[in-house]
Amino acid sequence: MSVAVTEIHKQDQKPGRSLGYVFRQREMGIVLALVALVAYTAINQSRFLSSQSIRDILLNTAILAVLASGMAVVVITRHIDLSVGSVLGLSAFAVATVMQHNQDLPMVAALALGLGIGAVAGVVNGALVHFGNVPALVVTLGTMYAYRGLTYSWAGGQQVTADEVPRHFLRFANSDLLGVPWLVIIALAVIAGVGVMMRNYRIGRELYAMGSSPQAAGLAGIKIARNTLVAFVISGALAGLGGVLYASRFGTVDAASGNGYELQVVAAVVVGGVAVFGGSGTIWGAGLGALLLTVIGSALAVLDINQFWQQAIVGALIVLAIGADRLVAVRIARSLRKRDSHV
Amino acid sequence: MTTDRSTSSGPALLEVLDVSKSFGAVAAVQGVSFPLYAGEAHALVGENGAGKSTIVKMLAGVHRPDTGTLRADGENRTFHSPADAKAAGIAVIYQEPTLFPDLSVAENIAMGNAPLTRLRQIDRRSMRATAERLFARLGVRIDPDRPARGLSIADQQIVEIAKALSTKARVLIMDEPTAALSGVEVERLFSVVRSLRDEGAAIMFISHRFEEITALCQRVTIMRDGRHVATEKVEDLSVDDMIRRMVGRDLSALFPKQEVTAGDVVLTVEGLSREGVFRDISFEVRAGEIVALAGLVGSGRSEVMQAVFGVDPYDSGTVVFNGKRLKPRNPRAAMNAGLALVPEDRRQQGLVMDLSIARNVTLPRSGALARLGLLFGGTEKREAESWTRKLQTRFGRLSDAVGTLSGGNQQKVVLAKWLATGPKLLIVDEPTRGIDVGTKAEVHRLMSSLAADGMAVVMVSSELPEVLGMADRVLVLREGHLVAELSRAEATEESVMYAAMGQKVTA
Ligand SMILES: Nc1ncnc2c1ncn2[C@@H]1O[C@H](COP(=O)(O)OP(=O)(O)OP(=O)(O)O)[C@@H](O)[C@H]1O
Ligand SMILES: [Mg+2]
Repeated sequence: MSVAVTEIHKQDQKPGRSLGYVFRQREMGIVLALVALVAYTAINQSRFLSSQSIRDILLNTAILAVLASGMAVVVITRHIDLSVGSVLGLSAFAVATVMQHNQDLPMVAALALGLGIGAVAGVVNGALVHFGNVPALVVTLGTMYAYRGLTYSWAGGQQVTADEVPRHFLRFANSDLLGVPWLVIIALAVIAGVGVMMRNYRIGRELYAMGSSPQAAGLAGIKIARNTLVAFVISGALAGLGGVLYASRFGTVDAASGNGYELQVVAAVVVGGVAVFGGSGTIWGAGLGALLLTVIGSALAVLDINQFWQQAIVGALIVLAIGADRLVAVRIARSLRKRDSHV
Repeated sequence: MTTDRSTSSGPALLEVLDVSKSFGAVAAVQGVSFPLYAGEAHALVGENGAGKSTIVKMLAGVHRPDTGTLRADGENRTFHSPADAKAAGIAVIYQEPTLFPDLSVAENIAMGNAPLTRLRQIDRRSMRATAERLFARLGVRIDPDRPARGLSIADQQIVEIAKALSTKARVLIMDEPTAALSGVEVERLFSVVRSLRDEGAAIMFISHRFEEITALCQRVTIMRDGRHVATEKVEDLSVDDMIRRMVGRDLSALFPKQEVTAGDVVLTVEGLSREGVFRDISFEVRAGEIVALAGLVGSGRSEVMQAVFGVDPYDSGTVVFNGKRLKPRNPRAAMNAGLALVPEDRRQQGLVMDLSIARNVTLPRSGALARLGLLFGGTEKREAESWTRKLQTRFGRLSDAVGTLSGGNQQKVVLAKWLATGPKLLIVDEPTRGIDVGTKAEVHRLMSSLAADGMAVVMVSSELPEVLGMADRVLVLREGHLVAELSRAEATEESVMYAAMGQKVTA
């Protein structure tokens, strides 16, 4: 009998390691999918790996990843922010218009302006969600239309074109630092910064806690109001930043810029392994999700496959990601229940 | 267990003065006052729904009293939120678990006052060390790095305790912390709490087990129907006095077990094994018999019965019910065959919190009650009424959401739900957890009379008096093995504990 008992105890010691494995698996899955996709496409179309093509993919990913980082924070908190596309549009149009009229304004000012507009939009979202006690889905669906409407009424049918904004503003998005595009550097910095905040700082852990069990978070004395505002401000500010990058990259901006972008952002976050019911997932996972979606888009274009398939594949990926969420959760629960004997 | 007689006087650390609280038409607490002194453990007793948890939530800053005041260190205080109460040095263990399933155990314990490094980042190493130190103090082994999701009820309870202890509070409030624990863990908890108390903390303790109250507490406040009945020194009251004042009448014998001659074998379990959980479990249950599964928390008792019912898988072995083999992993088939399982985790597995009491009671039999595929309110209501009355459930209306009931009354609804299915074999995990003394006797009487009518009962229980009082046969598990089978005559406190621990108890 003593043999059997030791065996049971040996099992006892494993969960730590095996669990870390399961958790890592989530992001590993995306990495593997990426590698497979890139390899397959490159074999069929060698120009897929040309430096211009890679550069395009990274530039296209950058803005999506910035917004996805912010969205991940909100989703982890068990909310959602559907207004990011409209905030991006508002910020892009505002910044482009201001730059058009003040040709000497430095880039830093443009960035600050975009961040500020986004932050204000985020405050409004967060305040409505928390103090209005309305689900974020409803609130941000409303502000999505409101912010877009604001941009339309400001812009009228006008647009700001690339030759109306200062050269240095356009150059920013298309220039490099040591061969790496600025846009990519900014995206990486955002992912790293937000990632570290969520992983290593109290505020981040509290946001995870709020998403994991809102009721327990209240009982634990977590400042729900402040944290909800912080989450939406981060998402809004990053959408605002995204607007500046968008204007700088494309130069031509009108009231419809970024229309429908929010769904791509949500898709990137979900595919990146952030649980839709809050409490788990990582920022860098969301970044990977953005990369994967962009790579799929480019790969299908390079392979000359119908646009329709792109949407179908993204849809399938989302279903897969949500399914995997449930599966992993159930499996963790089971493997742990099996091993939780003590004394 | 020994009675502690250390008492202290001086000003109260925390005082409840004439507080009242209503929820709509329900007056949960009316004009209750009592003091909590430093260096003293204070028990709060009362039937299910008496208003104990409502008092706890007022002290914790969750609810604000409608009238009356809270006084800390002689000053009137208003707690606007749990954070306020925390800041005032009050730590609370709530009746219902309040863990974050996605976060690690260590993080759950540290949430709200996590240690920081010089860069104001979370200091995971020290967080982990704190968790390990607390677990060592409580004498348990839980991996601090695992997520809280999937912890057994007992382990959740222990994490809650560790969380409360980690804050070095001056006032420690515990709302039925022992409900999910067995004797050994309770003793460990008490020794930790005693040392806190002796260091000058004020303790408030809620339990439906009177032996725990006499073992830990110096003072007791008795409540009935939301009102204050008495606050006395524990040594001045006998347990019978306490019960009489709490219930408002004399209670008859606590364990009215009827003698029943066992009938045919209904359940045969043979060689049931599940890797790492239990091994080679074989036993039989006869009609009319009450069989108890005893053992320490984590010995695999619940897991065995969940495997029998088909909720959990097993690797090998067979389960035969009434001559027919039950398929593994098929609880629906088990239910159709006449089994019922009242699970350990009632809140998560047993109830739909937002649905009404009536719907919850009749949920498993919606099919049988429906006519032409429709559920008619009348049948549902009558069924629900009769079972909740038998279990003395306290509620406003049958249409109230189960979530608004007191903890013990929720337990009763779960019991009612499964008893109402009229099973041939009833598996109950902790039949009287969180249920007050009056109803406990009633649950036991009910189980006993159902057994007399030929129902077979398997109960998993951590409460020795219940095991000894109710069971015709006691099966003892230790570390996943069936180590003893004791007849009613052989089963004593010593023999069961000896088998459960594998050594003589030195107490
Ligand atoms: N949020 C709520 N909404 C409505 N009614 C409530 C709410 N909380 C408690 N009550 C009611 O207040 C009364 C007292 O409940 P409380 O939880 O304080 O009882 P308790 O003494 O802790 O009982 P138990 O021993 O079962 O835990 C009950 O009748 C309950 O239904
Ligand atoms: Mg209670």
